[in-house]
Amino acid sequence: MDRYLLIVSTVCFLVAVVRTIIALRAGVFQPGRFSFLAIGLGFIFQTAFLSIRGHALGRCPLTNLFEVFIFLAWSIALIYMLVGPAYRLSLMGAFTAPLVFLVQAFALIAPIDVRHVSNAPANPWLEFHASISIIAYGAFALACIAGVMYLVQERQLKTHHLHSVFYHLPPLTDLFAAITRLLWLGFALYTVGVVSGFFTGHPLPRPQVVAAIGVWLLYAAILQGRHLRRLAPKRVAALCIAGFGAALTLLWGITFSAQTHTLP
Amino acid sequence: MNIFCVGLSHHTANVETRELFAGHGETECILRNAGCAEALLLTTCNRVEVYGASEKRVSTDDIARCLAREIEKDAHEYAPAFYRYEGEKCVQHLFRVASGLDSMVVGESEIFGQAKKAYESARASNVVGPYLHRLFQRAFRVAKQVRTHTEITRGLVSVGSVAVDLAQRIFGKLSDCRVLVLGAGEMSERTARALLSRGVTDLRVSNRSIDRAQELARVVGGRAISFDDWPAQCGEIDILITSTSSETPLLRPEDLAPMLHDRLDRPLFIIDIAVPRDVDPRVNEMEAVYLYDIDSLESVAEQSLALRRQQIAAAEAIIAEHVADFGEKMSLGLNRAQNPGHPAIGENSLRASEL
Repeated sequence: MDRYLLIVSTVCFLVAVVRTIIALRAGVFQPGRFSFLAIGLGFIFQTAFLSIRGHALGRCPLTNLFEVFIFLAWSIALIYMLVGPAYRLSLMGAFTAPLVFLVQAFALIAPIDVRHVSNAPANPWLEFHASISIIAYGAFALACIAGVMYLVQERQLKTHHLHSVFYHLPPLTDLFAAITRLLWLGFALYTVGVVSGFFTGHPLPRPQVVAAIGVWLLYAAILQGRHLRRLAPKRVAALCIAGFGAALTLLWGITFSAQTHTLP
Repeated sequence: MNIFCVGLSHHTANVETRELFAGHGETECILRNAGCAEALLLTTCNRVEVYGASEKRVSTDDIARCLAREIEKDAHEYAPAFYRYEGEKCVQHLFRVASGLDSMVVGESEIFGQAKKAYESARASNVVGPYLHRLFQRAFRVAKQVRTHTEITRGLVSVGSVAVDLAQRIFGKLSDCRVLVLGAGEMSERTARALLSRGVTDLRVSNRSIDRAQELARVVGGRAISFDDWPAQCGEIDILITSTSSETPLLRPEDLAPMLHDRLDRPLFIIDIAVPRDVDPRVNEMEAVYLYDIDSLESVAEQSLALRRQQIAAAEAIIAEHVADFGEKMSLGLNRAQNPGHPAIGENSLRASEL
């Protein structure tokens, strides 16, 4: 039953993607409420899925790679719902939907929904650490999307070749402001997530700690470079993409190694 | 009742001929006397058109005579310059005109306002009845739909407007932007004025002749900067408009690099409208610097036009749908009018149906 909810949610994101592609092909690339509504609907079904799965497990649904991916997709949609309209970056939906769709479709297709039975009681610190870190990844994902939008817009301005999409993307300075705020939001959440990891009462594997601190340092360096005006906006945008790639790799590694030592 | 359109436009007549038939204050009344039950005159710099509704056919020559100002020749001699559309063709033509598809610059939206003004004026003179009322209300609806659902009005097609639009694509609101105008020529003045009209408040002017710089600064409400001091301004400003008559580039990457050191997070938009160019093209390769010379601005304008042309088919499809629907509704209305069991089409009932 819960997987059906997820399939419906994935279809919602797919509809948003297909509509964007059709609009792009027709040369009419207009930001509207459609993307926001489609993502909103997808988000509701995601929430329902996570709620049912969490209720069945009796803990936060982050017990395997499948659930982690769905939680990540939910976090991206959540941050988009909070941030997209606030920054009037409605076109962000057109970029967010494909990412959420890919993450969710992969989770559904890949054989990664392996149940790990654990009789140990849920550890609130560990659940808090894991969920807050993944929500931080949602913010980093949105910063990555805003980075892609920035690079698309910047390239068009540099080369003097303006596609139809140029007229719908937000101004460069607005995009850069959004990237900065998303980075700060993600960094703050990630800091809380990393720190709370030390309160779980379980010994943390050294490679995971090193990798997590490595990602934290990478984002700290990006923010410091931006704050000191030593990094051009284009480089900040490119680093947001690289940073999210690194964060995803880390997430994969942590979950993979956690699966081999089932979560308590 | 037959709906028709008779007129001449930039497609069929030169400006001298259009001037001869530009109509006058009494034209609509004369047209009614000539047999038009309803008449509306639409005059713009590119077209003179009469839209009418009549029981009997009013000849093109008669309409040309109503439009003519003082002409030496017989109006009939200008007949080849006139076109005439009737019924469905007339409806389609008006929808195309109102949507900007028949304009010299495809997709321009000024015609929409001009058509609205012509309609309001005709309504105030009581020369418009239910047929033209319905026709024009639908035309405005179609034009709005075309504008919303296609990219026909997207992009700008003149060099000055392209420059201002690009500035907005980089900075968003221009009210916080600092602008330096280098060279007090006509083109830079025009571009500066366009920027001021979009909210720029901090404008600086520099010129080899400080008197000319002060004069332009006074006219546009900016402040004059000595020509020796302008390079130092590049660390502060957001937009540089340059159009001096210098034979060699005034700004090279090596001059600009030290000034950009502390402002890497703020873009610099340079509009070089001088020929020969004032800014070394290599400047465009620098981080966060966007250089547009006159050729690249014209290229962007051309791309906008090409984008608009691509959208013509989509706009024509919307129009065709409305032409068919309008034809159906009109015949339905006529049937009702002819059927004594139903009330005739009155202006109020039409207005209510359109609203």
